[in-house]
Amino acid sequence: MNFANPFFTRREWAAFAILAVLLILVFPASVDAFRLNLIGKYLTYAFVALGLVLCWGYGGILSLGQGVFFGLGGYCMAMFLKLEASSPENTAIQSTPGIPDFMDWNQLTSLPWWWEPFHSLPFTLVAVVAVPVIFAFIIAFAMFTRRVGGVYFAIITQAIAAILTILIIGQQGYTGGVNGITDLRTMLGWDIRTDEAKTILYFVNACLLLGCLLIAQLVKITKFGRLMIAIRDKEDRVRFSGYNVAGFKIFIFCFAAALASVGGAMFTLQVGFMSPSFVGIVPSIEMVIFAAVGGRLSLFGAIYGALIVNGAKTAFSESFPELWLFAMGGLFIAVVMAFPNGLAGLVRSHVEPLIGRLFSGLGWGRTAAADATPAE
Amino acid sequence: MIGDYTYYEFSSILAMQAFAGLILFSVFVMMALGLAIIFGQMGVINMAHGEFMILGAYVTYFTSIFFEHYLPSLFGIYFFLAMILAFIVSGALGMFVEWAMIRHLYKRPLDTLLATWGLSLILQQFYRSVFGAREVGVTLPEYLLGSISLTDIIEVPINGLFVMGLTLLITFGVWFLMYRSGWGKKVRAVIQNRVMAGAVGINTKMVDRMTFGLGCGIAGVAGSAFTMIGSTGPTAGQLYIVDTFLVVVFGGAASLLGTIASAFTISQAQSTMEFFMSGSMAKVLTLLTVVGILMLRPQGLFALKIRR
Repeated sequence: MNFANPFFTRREWAAFAILAVLLILVFPASVDAFRLNLIGKYLTYAFVALGLVLCWGYGGILSLGQGVFFGLGGYCMAMFLKLEASSPENTAIQSTPGIPDFMDWNQLTSLPWWWEPFHSLPFTLVAVVAVPVIFAFIIAFAMFTRRVGGVYFAIITQAIAAILTILIIGQQGYTGGVNGITDLRTMLGWDIRTDEAKTILYFVNACLLLGCLLIAQLVKITKFGRLMIAIRDKEDRVRFSGYNVAGFKIFIFCFAAALASVGGAMFTLQVGFMSPSFVGIVPSIEMVIFAAVGGRLSLFGAIYGALIVNGAKTAFSESFPELWLFAMGGLFIAVVMAFPNGLAGLVRSHVEPLIGRLFSGLGWGRTAAADATPAE
Repeated sequence: MIGDYTYYEFSSILAMQAFAGLILFSVFVMMALGLAIIFGQMGVINMAHGEFMILGAYVTYFTSIFFEHYLPSLFGIYFFLAMILAFIVSGALGMFVEWAMIRHLYKRPLDTLLATWGLSLILQQFYRSVFGAREVGVTLPEYLLGSISLTDIIEVPINGLFVMGLTLLITFGVWFLMYRSGWGKKVRAVIQNRVMAGAVGINTKMVDRMTFGLGCGIAGVAGSAFTMIGSTGPTAGQLYIVDTFLVVVFGGAASLLGTIASAFTISQAQSTMEFFMSGSMAKVLTLLTVVGILMLRPQGLFALKIRR
């Protein structure tokens, strides 16, 4: 099996090299620090899109609540940074020094117990991934062992995104409310607001993303990935063959949640705040469109999808704000009706034959048959 | 004595709160009925349902303005005409959407969800560009203003009563259409066995289109009724869409009785809890309970027993 299934095909190695050069060399060399930070922000969404490709494109599980995991990861990171920014010296003017400013504004006099562990960086780094994954596990375990799937799963994850947003906004004293956790300054004494720090964070982010891409590829090409496709296309048959379908689905959902949480934490570090507007229904469903535009079956496509959609969003909102929602809505409809395989599908059907003709004889002609059909 | 209230006062407050819950219940039922028809009967997720409702609300608003300016003598009855117009406009748009979009996606329910979400974004921005971002409200005729006092504490607003009556009427109408008319028989036949229904001569594509149109039309009427108790803005539809989906799923899709029962439970739970805690926490607790129950009983309250 391993001989028939190399880690990357030659085409994929080329795609990976192009992506790596683009992220590590071309972007940093061609744009200023502000734009680079923006690109870094878009790339944090690419983590979520990667997870969605595995979970939705390969597993057939559409989650409309990825913002929840993105947000939980981001909030965990923000809590650590906020505690560091709220040292007693920095917050001497508050009636209770040493607690975050929004708690003071909401008449809290001591730090809630569940904020305490976030004084420690190692705990925070573990929590960034662990909290969303445990949460995802609970949801997935409850639903998949009862064989809930398809649109029901989508609606319930969407409801969970709505609930979490209302909860965060309602519990202002503990979460910072609708403004979120703002005014983050340093990480272990290292100022994250300078241009230099932002550039370094961009590279950390890009390398993490490439690493996650490799891990996702590993999941995709193993027997596990094959089984996910089988479950997507004929769940009952896999179950009757003796596999524990729920277990596989739970794993892939938790894995997608873990990817989203890493994205969320990197988002907080690069943008410098976290708020409920990245958790709710609208951002969650937008994350799905990143994966859909890139191609729901292509890991590379997910990254390009996140970059292109977000870049277009910024460009449109700067010049024609009223047109953006039209464009976004049109994108949703077009990607579903006309291009179910997204950009990756277009590349495969139009660009690659062209390259194949130019470089015939170098082994470009092979296509992966499993990727050819769109998901449900 | 309960807290600072006497027993009499407390029971009156509970009654008022229950009445507020009944108004919420009416809105839920009207929105959910349209959704239950589309989702329950056809298996299509229509994320733009809220926008169809808002379309009905805008139609009502413009009818009221038209009557105010050109037919002030007939202002008292404009609302009935507005409802009919709202039904026709929303229903027609729904049938167009079914023809242009939905019918190509029946085999891909998750994709329908994304496509209709895109439609909802476009409609929202359309309302904002054409009608303005400001929220609008209608002027109610004289006889719908004010309230009836039942006891010296309990007061019941007339427009609330009117909306409830309307809900009752529409629910009855839908029930009659689905379970007592020849057309309803065709719809149910198509749901139970599409191929066989086609074989005995039912035009299944036409039935699909009419069903979708009917669901959207009911949403339009719901929006029309909604203007009587609240103001309308371009994004008002989105506020209700999650609650309404939960109502439909909780009730057990494909069951009208279940939809009504779950709308009642959710709205009463929410408005009663609002008295004891903040509005946002009441909503969180209600939705969490619903999601929790759905995890334990995914088929909803009243599920049809289907062998799969």
